[in-house]
Amino acid sequence: MTPLDVDQLELEKQGILLSTVNRFYNWGRRSSIWPMAFGLACCAIEMMATGLSRYDLARFGAEMFRASPRQADLMIVAGTVTKKMAPQVVRLYNQMPEPRYVISMGNCATSGGPFRDGYNVLRGIDLLVPVDVYIPGCPPRPEALLHALMTLQAQIDAQKLGRMRWYGKAEAHDYAVPTFGAQGLEIDGQLIDPVGGLPLLSPLKGPNQGAARTGLIEHPQELRRFPIMDESVMLESPTQAAGIAPEIAANDLKRRNDAEVPRG
Amino acid sequence: MLKTQELQLNIGPQHPSTHGVFRLIATIDGETVIDLKPVFGYLHRNHEQIAEVSTYIQIMPFTDRLDYFNSMANNFGYALAVEKLAGIEVPQRANYIRVLMAELTRILNHAAAIGFMLNDMGAWQTPLAFGMREREKILDLFEMASGARMMCNYFRFGGIWRDLPPEFLPQLQGLMQGLPTFFDEFERLLKQNEILLGRSVDVGILPKEVAASYSVTGPMLRASGIAYDLRRADGYSVYPELDFDIPVGAVGDVYDRFLVRLAEMRESYRILQQVIERLPETTGGHINPAMASMNKQKSLRPPPGDAYGRVESPKGELGFYLVSDGSDTPYRYKVRAPSFINLTPLGDMCRGHTVADVVVILGSIDIVMGEVDR
Repeated sequence: MTPLDVDQLELEKQGILLSTVNRFYNWGRRSSIWPMAFGLACCAIEMMATGLSRYDLARFGAEMFRASPRQADLMIVAGTVTKKMAPQVVRLYNQMPEPRYVISMGNCATSGGPFRDGYNVLRGIDLLVPVDVYIPGCPPRPEALLHALMTLQAQIDAQKLGRMRWYGKAEAHDYAVPTFGAQGLEIDGQLIDPVGGLPLLSPLKGPNQGAARTGLIEHPQELRRFPIMDESVMLESPTQAAGIAPEIAANDLKRRNDAEVPRG
Repeated sequence: MLKTQELQLNIGPQHPSTHGVFRLIATIDGETVIDLKPVFGYLHRNHEQIAEVSTYIQIMPFTDRLDYFNSMANNFGYALAVEKLAGIEVPQRANYIRVLMAELTRILNHAAAIGFMLNDMGAWQTPLAFGMREREKILDLFEMASGARMMCNYFRFGGIWRDLPPEFLPQLQGLMQGLPTFFDEFERLLKQNEILLGRSVDVGILPKEVAASYSVTGPMLRASGIAYDLRRADGYSVYPELDFDIPVGAVGDVYDRFLVRLAEMRESYRILQQVIERLPETTGGHINPAMASMNKQKSLRPPPGDAYGRVESPKGELGFYLVSDGSDTPYRYKVRAPSFINLTPLGDMCRGHTVADVVVILGSIDIVMGEVDR
């Protein structure tokens, strides 16, 4: 890297920038993530507050809230996804052009949150569409949304052009839109979030009385993988986890040091 | 004569101007709306059902999430209902702090509501940014007092969670100094604005009689010319001791609703001034000593009976109806949500207007779907 950097510095003086295609693509995509103006519940207010003057999402290039999914890169699922709304959420996701990303904002979108016991509440949007970043909180502070966006940017930085499906010839992958069955939301005749009615006793009242619930409450069998807890993100700093970002960071450091050296 | 065809137009549930997940099915002739059918339930979160299996204090954080702009006002209404049911007294100081929080909430809500209404008129985000700027300052105060920005969960039966921290009042004074400037700025920006006048004057008129027959409350009712305000009519908490006026509109159109909200912010400012003046001399602690421990709150078992507690929330009459069977959970719990009831005359208001006006009229009602669908 070192000789390249010297050359690069030399070239930059001449007004020529060198980059890899990967880095250039990722730089372009990470710097202009357009979210969809898609608010479901309380978290949407914090999402708007993030976009406005105090927190200013525009610093990260993500201030262009688009009303149409066709123009959006990022769906921020901000609020409780009810079973009545779930088919629309999936349909909106399918309408977004690839590459598309999803941030699950708040406890409700992640797991049902405080309304988890409700018969009409979907226990996590990740039952239906893949989620890139989860944000805990009810509602999360705007700083948390900013952090999620930065985490997403780090994930985008790590993507390799050759390995990403959407740069290949494959067709866009649409997710199945659930339909309303007799018992709840169904995909291909199978219940996706089975709830046997609202528990008559709250789980908050202690495990001893849990058996008195009516109906069966099943949880998804597959363990959820939280990208933010993935070791590549958790054990390293977000810039390190991004793979390519440390080089940029190192280069920046180098340039800062080199600037002291008289040129020519 | 030319024959025209009626057309059904679907608006929502994902639409930038439906204030959340609200769906409208409009029957239009050309661009004129003939009929309007709302579809609810996209944010039905089983609030009442969950409340019936929760203890009384466990419901408090759920009321925050009803109308997520004014969690303090929701807490207020629910606390009043339970206090009425269980016969709990509230000390004077707690009452004043409650009123302080409720009026701050009103300013916050109206600033944001006007911003969102202007958003719907096409002034994308600029008035909203002004409103949300003030909102952030008020949220800082809420955070200082309760620990949370939006979902404060600050009220307890018989008082409030904690007394105000010592640095609260100086910061509130700082906010109060800036508020009149904000009101003037907001008015100067919007009140005589040509586009706002063109879009809102004589649009969506709701006559007095119709408003009353739909049991509309809040700024919408007052804009239609009926001076009904629960702070006066019911005189709950310490409002009878405070001096404030009730702004009333003349025509009942969108512009009147806008003006009433502007004027109400100024009245809230007046109330705040009086509350801040009297707060140091108030007697009693922040909570009734009999209810001060968390265990007392948790194990509250009101005697069998029912109670209806109501407040003038920024959107209208927010009522909580509770039936107790003597156990630690309510037997029945019902919320009278102002935005839901204010939404019912939407069809009447929109008939004969264009599709673009529907969006503005909807914005002027100031609905929050969390409260409409519950």
